[in-house]
Amino acid sequence: MLTAVLAFAAGGIVVAATGHNPWTAYKGIWDGAGFNWLFHVPWDTNTIHLDAFNLSQTLLTTTTLILTGLAVAFPFRCGLFNIGGQGQYLVGLIVANWIGVDFASWPTLPHVLLGIGAAAFAGAVWAGIAGFLKATTGAHEVISTIMLNWIAIWGGQYLFGQGGPLQNTYNTAAPESESVAQSAHIPVFWGSSLLQGLDYGFFVAIAALVVFWLILNRTTLGYEVRAVGFNPEAAAYGGINVRRKYIQAMAISGAFAGLAGALDMLGYLFQFGVLDVQASQIGFFGIAVALLGRNTAIGTGIAAFLFGGLLYGTTRGLNPNVFDPSLAGNLTSMIQGLIVLFVGADIFILYIWNARRKVRRRRAEAAAT
Amino acid sequence: MTNHVEPLEETPWALRPKAIATVGSALGLAAFWSAIPPFTARSPLVPILIGVLAIAAGLWALTRGARRLGWGAVASGVIGLCLGYVATRSSSGNLHVVFASELIAQVFVFATPLTFGALGGMVSERSGVVNVGLEGMMLMGAFWGVYGADKGGSWVVGILTALAAGGLFALLHAYWSIHLRANQIVSGMAINFLALGVTGYFFEQLYGNKNIPAGVSTVPNVALPGIDHMSYVGPAIGDLNLLIWVGIIFVPLSYFILFKTPIGLRVRACGEHPRAADTVGINVYAVRYAAVIVSGMLAALGGAFLSIGFGGGSFTENMTEGRGFIALAAMIFGNWRPFGAWGAALLFGFSTALAFRLPVYSSSAATLFQALPYVLTLIAVAGVIGHSVPPKADGQPYVKQ
Repeated sequence: MLTAVLAFAAGGIVVAATGHNPWTAYKGIWDGAGFNWLFHVPWDTNTIHLDAFNLSQTLLTTTTLILTGLAVAFPFRCGLFNIGGQGQYLVGLIVANWIGVDFASWPTLPHVLLGIGAAAFAGAVWAGIAGFLKATTGAHEVISTIMLNWIAIWGGQYLFGQGGPLQNTYNTAAPESESVAQSAHIPVFWGSSLLQGLDYGFFVAIAALVVFWLILNRTTLGYEVRAVGFNPEAAAYGGINVRRKYIQAMAISGAFAGLAGALDMLGYLFQFGVLDVQASQIGFFGIAVALLGRNTAIGTGIAAFLFGGLLYGTTRGLNPNVFDPSLAGNLTSMIQGLIVLFVGADIFILYIWNARRKVRRRRAEAAAT
Repeated sequence: MTNHVEPLEETPWALRPKAIATVGSALGLAAFWSAIPPFTARSPLVPILIGVLAIAAGLWALTRGARRLGWGAVASGVIGLCLGYVATRSSSGNLHVVFASELIAQVFVFATPLTFGALGGMVSERSGVVNVGLEGMMLMGAFWGVYGADKGGSWVVGILTALAAGGLFALLHAYWSIHLRANQIVSGMAINFLALGVTGYFFEQLYGNKNIPAGVSTVPNVALPGIDHMSYVGPAIGDLNLLIWVGIIFVPLSYFILFKTPIGLRVRACGEHPRAADTVGINVYAVRYAAVIVSGMLAALGGAFLSIGFGGGSFTENMTEGRGFIALAAMIFGNWRPFGAWGAALLFGFSTALAFRLPVYSSSAATLFQALPYVLTLIAVAGVIGHSVPPKADGQPYVKQ
């Protein structure tokens, strides 16, 4: 949490240095994220609707971030760095769109389940390629997942683009997909389904956090994954099939990311276009979420909520009169970068800590003598 | 199996398997080349004949020990044959649209940022620091380059500010990776996010809704006297941007520095075996710092080419659009070597340039074509086409004892 505070402080300095008031900026983001709703008294009805709406949107983003965060956190516990969350997310999104558009005659529950299941499987396969390459040829997963990201990005642009197989049929000039059939929409439980309310996918993400914790801490697979993460040589010596763990860890990670894509597509996006493929960044935010959450279930959940608020609060939720959203969106990228940077340098913070302790001890010794 | 090693002095160079395989690879290219302008052979026999020759040369080399190059020649022959055959079946008018001589100029345009980035990544990784932050350093170069050119009034100032900005972020990466011993990939990704935020924020802050004003001083083109008006060569290389030529010159230059000078030896020693380097009195930290900063500056030059070189003095948020990652791929594809990296950059540049022209045939296929460099790199890191061997100590922080 200290890292987050440091990153926000550094972001605030930039805001202040460029002639804006960091307090109003952060207050604007806070309001935009709908966090006010949590401190509302029930009889105050002035802004409660807007705040509730904003909070539901923040939670919608949180849903995605929890899953893309888990997609980074799980392989991390196995000693693998999955930068491919974005690609796996897109693959899940594409498959969910395809299933959602076809099979339109199905009833809602099986249709949604099929979409979610197929998307998670597709994500698992996509990430599994990187795991397989790592296990069989030793290809570094960072490089292969970066490449798989770009293949997914260009593949998505091809599929949704003009003349692509998943392009809509009603307007061939528009490079976007068909809209998901009504039967594949995940029902909304907070807000209006017409106004992009919060859908039950949120609970799927919460359940995924529990599943993540259960797999890691209560199963043999989780034990072995963590053992490989601590020390692959020792794990191999202890009789664990390290290569298989690499593939499994990546596949599970990809399933989380694919699930994120499915929940977004069937929960509120329903349609996706070439420009959306190019602009989507949510998978990359998973890296910051997982790192900030220290790759634990509860940490990832909290970090996802923080970033969800930050992402929504700096874009559509932000009142443009308070702080320019185009500045704020970039502020998010900056804070994200700083958080990743600071987490990466844990040793740096420990170093300062130790140095201070050393100075204090020396002072104490000097005082004693 | 007996390992028969032929004494080198007795075989003339031109008959060694490696040389034959290289010729085979070139023939594979020629098979395709013969069917497109300016030659435009219309009979399918021509590319097939040349392609078969290439495959034969590859197979011959394969059986005589040059496995990697041999397979390369076979692959090149097969691809050249197929593409050449397809080209002879295609209408000559379309061919002239796609393979106009401007295509070569465009290949250079697309390859130049990759060349700078790949060379930068190579310098850093050869010294033992993984640089996933190329993308961010490139983006910094792109924005601060155009800012410097705008406020300083000259593209020279732009280049200098780009170098400073790229160097500064590289310094951050170096400090994190070398002194703080952070995970270098995490730190590199952080650089990317940070650069995206910083350039976007300052672009909005300094230019707001207005774009960069027109008429920013840009890096000039170099008109080669005598060549620029020739028929085929002129449009191809007669009027290229100065930075393109700088990039081309940097390839042999970096080869020379890295592999033929004591400085290069020191850099490579730090990347292969830092302890040994330290033992013989090389300051590993200093070498790595220098290499990473040079790396950031090179990447920034690539970025500056996008904004004030070919870009004509413009900037858009996230302008590099993943070119830093392709540069990284080019470096790996080129096996951490200057000419290899340049070849990969040209190949990727060619595929991008081609993708921009293929819509005459089919626009959706052209989009899919853009994924080709990434697929190739995936295959390359998987070790199917020879094995990519990174420097031994790449990515490992060095702790002095």
